[in-house]
Amino acid sequence: MKPKVLIPIALGTNRDGDLADAFELAGADPQRVPLSALRSGDVQMSDHQMLAVPGGFSYGDALGAGRLLGLDLAGWFGDQLHAAVAAEKPIFGVCNGFQALVRAGLLPGGDDQAVLGANDRDRFECRWVTLEPASSKSVWVAGLTEPIRCPVAHGEGRYVTNQLDGLHRDDQVALRYVEVDAQGVVHPAAGAYPSNPNGSTDDIAGVCDDTGLVLGLMPHPENHVRQRQDPLRGRTVPGLAERGNCVALFRSGVAAVAS
Amino acid sequence: MLEPMASDRAVVVGPAHVDEQGAGLVARAEMFGLGIERIHQFRLAHVRFGEGVAVDDGRLATLAESLLVDPVVGWWLPADDLDSSSLMSDGVTKASADSVVIETGLRPGVTDREGAELVRAANVLGLDVDAATMGIRFLIEPSDGHELNEADLQLLASRVLHNDVIERWAVGSLPPAFADLRAGAPLTTQIALDGLDDDGLAAVNQRRRLGLDPQEMVVIRDYFSDLGRTPTDAELEMLAQTWSEHCAHKTFRALIELPDGGEIDGLMKTYLRSATEAIDAPWVRSAFVDNAGIVRFDDDFDLALKAETHNHPSALEPFGGSNTGVGGVVRDILGVSAKPIAVSDILCFGPSETDPADVPDGVLHPQRIREGVIAGVGDYGNKIGVPNIGGAVVHDPAYTTTPLVFAGCIGLLPTGSNPTQAAAGDSIVVLGGAVGRDGVGGATFSSQTMAAETAEVAGSSVQIGDPIVEKGLIDVIVAARDLGLYSAVTDCGAGGLSSAVGEMAEVLGAEVDLQLVPRKYPGLAPWEVWLSEAQERMVVASPEPGPLLELAERWSVGAAVIGTFSGDGRLIVRDGTETVIDLDCSFLHDGRPRRRMQAARLEVVRTTRSEVVDYDPASLTLQLLAHPSIRSNEDVVRTFDHEVLGGTLVRPYGGVQGDGPADGTAMVPPGTSGERAVAFGIGVNARLGQLDPEAMAWQVIDEAVRNVVLAGADPLELSLLDNFAWGDPTDPATLAEIVAACRGCHDSAMLFGAPFVSGKDSLYNVFVDEDGTRDPVAPTLVITAMGIVKNLDVVPLTGCVAAGNEVWLVGPQKGELGGSHLDAVLGHDYGGNVPRPDPVAVARHHAVGEAIAANLVRSGHDLAEGGLAVAAAEWALAGRLGLDLDIDSDPARLFGEGSGRYLLEVRPEDGQRFGEIVPFAVRIGRVVARPSVRLGVHELGLGEIAKAWRGHLDADDTTSSGGEE
Repeated sequence: MKPKVLIPIALGTNRDGDLADAFELAGADPQRVPLSALRSGDVQMSDHQMLAVPGGFSYGDALGAGRLLGLDLAGWFGDQLHAAVAAEKPIFGVCNGFQALVRAGLLPGGDDQAVLGANDRDRFECRWVTLEPASSKSVWVAGLTEPIRCPVAHGEGRYVTNQLDGLHRDDQVALRYVEVDAQGVVHPAAGAYPSNPNGSTDDIAGVCDDTGLVLGLMPHPENHVRQRQDPLRGRTVPGLAERGNCVALFRSGVAAVAS
Repeated sequence: MLEPMASDRAVVVGPAHVDEQGAGLVARAEMFGLGIERIHQFRLAHVRFGEGVAVDDGRLATLAESLLVDPVVGWWLPADDLDSSSLMSDGVTKASADSVVIETGLRPGVTDREGAELVRAANVLGLDVDAATMGIRFLIEPSDGHELNEADLQLLASRVLHNDVIERWAVGSLPPAFADLRAGAPLTTQIALDGLDDDGLAAVNQRRRLGLDPQEMVVIRDYFSDLGRTPTDAELEMLAQTWSEHCAHKTFRALIELPDGGEIDGLMKTYLRSATEAIDAPWVRSAFVDNAGIVRFDDDFDLALKAETHNHPSALEPFGGSNTGVGGVVRDILGVSAKPIAVSDILCFGPSETDPADVPDGVLHPQRIREGVIAGVGDYGNKIGVPNIGGAVVHDPAYTTTPLVFAGCIGLLPTGSNPTQAAAGDSIVVLGGAVGRDGVGGATFSSQTMAAETAEVAGSSVQIGDPIVEKGLIDVIVAARDLGLYSAVTDCGAGGLSSAVGEMAEVLGAEVDLQLVPRKYPGLAPWEVWLSEAQERMVVASPEPGPLLELAERWSVGAAVIGTFSGDGRLIVRDGTETVIDLDCSFLHDGRPRRRMQAARLEVVRTTRSEVVDYDPASLTLQLLAHPSIRSNEDVVRTFDHEVLGGTLVRPYGGVQGDGPADGTAMVPPGTSGERAVAFGIGVNARLGQLDPEAMAWQVIDEAVRNVVLAGADPLELSLLDNFAWGDPTDPATLAEIVAACRGCHDSAMLFGAPFVSGKDSLYNVFVDEDGTRDPVAPTLVITAMGIVKNLDVVPLTGCVAAGNEVWLVGPQKGELGGSHLDAVLGHDYGGNVPRPDPVAVARHHAVGEAIAANLVRSGHDLAEGGLAVAAAEWALAGRLGLDLDIDSDPARLFGEGSGRYLLEVRPEDGQRFGEIVPFAVRIGRVVARPSVRLGVHELGLGEIAKAWRGHLDADDTTSSGGEE
C-alpha cells in the first residue's frame, strides 16, 4: 500500500500541488489538507505515514517567513509532530515549510541558533541551482549518488547559524549549493552568487534533524521531477547522469517509511 | 479616525547589519541633490505598535521575543527606552549626535496584513493585543560636517522615504494611528438635481468626482425628475460607476464622426468584435462577453485569458497600483470560474536617469515608480503562487508622467464549467476580504485625467493588495465550481459590490442589505460600502448557500449572504431598514445616452532619412544592446516566481546559463494530460505609436505572433488580447490615433486568422501640470498572443545549440529604420519609413510553424528591437556559441525592424527540407564554437556583448556571464 503523505495547507501556502505531484511520482499517496481540518480533528496526522510541509507564503510572510505557521505547528500540533518523529515517520519541509519547521523546533534552530534570514541581496530570487547531497544521516538524501538541480524561489532563504561546527559534526548539513563546471566537475559555491543564491552560511541549502528523518531545504526539488521541467532539456548536462532530476530524493523519503 | 491611543507601545526591531535597502535609499536621495557628500547612510528598522500592550508587565518582551525578532540576525528594543541620539542603536554601532530619525507608518484603513497577523498571533499566545500596525524608522546619518535642515527632511520624507497616499511621517517618533472602532456611520444623503442647469449639474459632477459626461448628467436629472424624487448619493455613485469609461467603455462604444463625413458605429463593434466574428474560429468558446475570453485548450479543458491595465493607481502608489493590477486580472480569470495558472506583466516607464528637475510636481520619479511597480508585481504573483511567465519592460521619455502597467492572466477550467445563469431566488454571496474605505471610487478615478493635485484628492482610490486572501479565494471558487455550488460568479472589480451585483442583476434585479456586508471597521457611509473596490472579493449566486459557506470556512475565507436575486428587474439596496438605492435595472444598464465623438484626420509623422555620421556597426550594436528597452531585464524577472505550479516549459530567460532572452514563453497547465502546452507572446512598441499608430498595430501583432510561434505554438490556432493605453479621446486628434490603431488591429487579425477574445482600453492617460499643460502618454497598444503547443518535443530552444548548424534568415533581408531603436540610440531621426503592413508575413509565420512542427528548428530568435544585429548577439550569448554570418553593413540590413522576420538554427542535414518548407528563408551563415559574432566584416566577442547587454546588472551578478577567452 502506498504511504499516505499529509500535506498541510495554511492561508497563503501555494506549492502544495507541486509537492503532491512529486510524491505521487515517487509512489506515495499525497493528501492535501487545510490546517482547519487538522485543527478540528476531521483529519488526523497519525493516520499518515509521512508529513510534507509545502512552500508558499503562509500568512503572507507576516512577521517573518514561516514564523506564524511555525507557531501554529508548534502550538497546535507539537505533540503530534514529536510523536511522528518518535514513530520514525519521514518529515519534509520545503521553502516556507523549511522556515516553519525551523521555527517550530523540528530542525536545528529552535533555540535561537539558526534562522532563515533575508537573502543577502535583499530581494526575492527565482533561479535554478545545483545541490550536492552532503549527509549520510538524512534518509532523504543519503541514497543520492550525484547532485540534483532545481529552482529556488524565495526572499528569505539565507541560512544563518551559530552552530555550524555542531551541524557538521552531527552530519546534519544535508544539501549544499555547488557549481558544476562545463567539464562536469563539482565545485563548492563558496558563498558566491548566483550558485549560492542567498548568501547562506557555508552554502547550506538544507539541513536534517539529529534522527535524519526530518529534512528542510529552501530549493524546490518538487519542481524538477519531470523531464519537461528541466530548462536544459535538449542540451547536455556535463557530469550529471540523471541530469539533476530530483525524483530520487522523494523516492528515498518514501522508501524510508517503516513498513 | 486618526487619533493615536494613549496606551500604544512600540517595539523597534532591526537587522544586525546595514542592509541593502539603506544603500538603495542613499542612491535615491542622491537624485534629489542629497548625495553621499550630505548623507552618509540610512539605516532601517521596523516599528511595531501594539494597542493595549503595556511595557511594564513583561508582555512586551514576550511579544517581541516570540513574534518579532530573530536573535541570530537582529535585535529589538522597546521604543520608550531609547533616547533620541541612540534611537537605532543595535548595541554595537552608536549613531552620531547629528543623526536624525524619521518614522513612517501606514494610514489607518490601508490594508495591513502584518498588523492583522500580529494581533492574531499575539492572541494565540494569550497576549491580548487589541490592534497592531507597523512603521519604518529611518536613521539618517549625515556625512561629517553636515547637518540636515528642515527642508532637507521634508524633501527626504516626501520624495524618498514615504508615499503620502498610503503613509504618514514625522521627524522622531510617529504615534500610530488606528481606525476608530467606535466611529458612527455617516448617513445616506440626498443630492438634489431637479432644476439644475448645465452649470449646476457640472458642479455636482465635479464636486463628487463622478466623471460623467454632461449629457449623462442631464439624463440622470430627468430620470429622477420623472420619478418625482431626489437621488441619493449611493444612486449617483452607482450610476457614475456603471457608466464610467472603465466599466462602460464609452469611447469604444461611441458613435464616431470622421472628418470626411463618415461614421464609425462603435470601435469595438466595427473593428475588434467584427474581426472575431468574421474569423469565427472554432476554438473560441466566448469572446468579449464576460470578465475574460475563453478558448479551447484540448478535449477536456478550456483556457481563460485577460489582460488589464492599472496605470492611474501605479502612478500614484507604484507598489499598491501594480500589486492590485495583478490581483485584479487574476480575479477576472476567477470571475469565469477558471483557476489562474500564469500571469504576465508589461511595464512602461520613463528613463530611470531622468533629471529630477524635469519631473513635475505631483509625479513620482520614474526610478521610484519602477522600483515600486516591480516590487508590487512580484509581491502579488509570488504570494498567490501563480507563475509570472511573460512580460516586457519598456523605457521611453513619453512614459515619465504617465507610466503604464499591464497585467495579464491565463486560467484553466474544465470545458464548459463556467456557470453563468443566476436564477430568481438565488442568494447573493460575497466571498473574500471585508470592505474598507480603501479603493472607494476606483472606477471613476481611473476614467479621468491626472492632475498635479490628484495625489491628494484621489488617495483613497489606491489600495494595497492582500494576495493571500485572493489565494484562498482561488481555492474556494475552484472547489465550489467542481462541486456545483454556484449558478453564476463575478468579481468585485473597480466599483466593488456595485459593479458585481449590478452586472449580475442586470436582468433579474436584486435586493441587498448592506448591514450584512462584512466590514473592516465601522464609520463607512452606505455608498462607500457599496462602491469600495477590493482585489480580493468575489460575488456568486447560489441556490443553496449553506455548503458554500462551510467550504469557505474550511479554507479560512470570509463569506456572507447579503441578499437575493429578485426577478423583478429592480436593484434595491437597503441599509437595515433605510432604502439607499432603488433603480430600474434597465435604466442602470441601458439608460446611458450614447456618446458621439469626433475624430480628426490622422496626422502620421513622417521622418526624413538622413545619413549617419561615423557609421560603426559594431559600436552601434553594443549601444543598442545596452538600450534600456533592449538590455537584459533578468534582475527584474528573477524577482518573479516563474516556476511555481511546476508547469513552466519555456522560461523568460533560458539558454546555457539561464541568462538569454526567450521570445515567447510556454507552460504545461497543471492537471492536464501533459501532452500540450499554452504559449504566451507579447508585442509592444513605444516608438512606432508616436509616428504611425496603424503601423504600430500591425507590428505589435506580428511581434506577439513571432514570439508564440518560437515558443512552439501552432500559428493556425492563435487568440489575441488587445490593450489600448491612450490619452484623452475627447481630443479629436487622439481619437484619430485610436481609430487608426483599431483599423490596424482589425486588418492584421483578419489576415492572421487570429481572433481577439478580450481586451481593455485605458484612456485619459494624460498628466495635467499646475500650469494646465497637458502631457499625454505615448500611444501604446499591447498585444498578447496565446497559442497551443501541440508537441512539446519540437519546441525550439532559447539560444544557439550546436556549432556547425546552419543559420537561416526568414523574411525580408532588410527592415525599416523609421521609428527604429537605431533612431533612439542615435538620438535623432535617422528615419525613413516605418515598417509597413506586410501581408506576406502571415505565410512566413505559418511556414516557420510548419518547420518547427516537423522538428527542423533547433533554436531561433525573432528580429525585433534593434533588428538582426541585436537578435544575433542575444541569440549567440544565450547559447554561449558564436555565429558566422555573411551579411553586408547596410544599416537597414543590420538594424532595420519589420514584420515576420526570424533567425533560425537548422541542422545541416535538415537544411534542404527546411528550405522547401520555408520558401522565404535564406541561409546566411553558421553557428560556430568560437565565442564571437561575425556580421560580415564586423566582429563582436561574447564578452563585450555580455558587458553591453547585462553589464548594468550588479557586478557580482555578471561573474558567470563571460563565455570567451
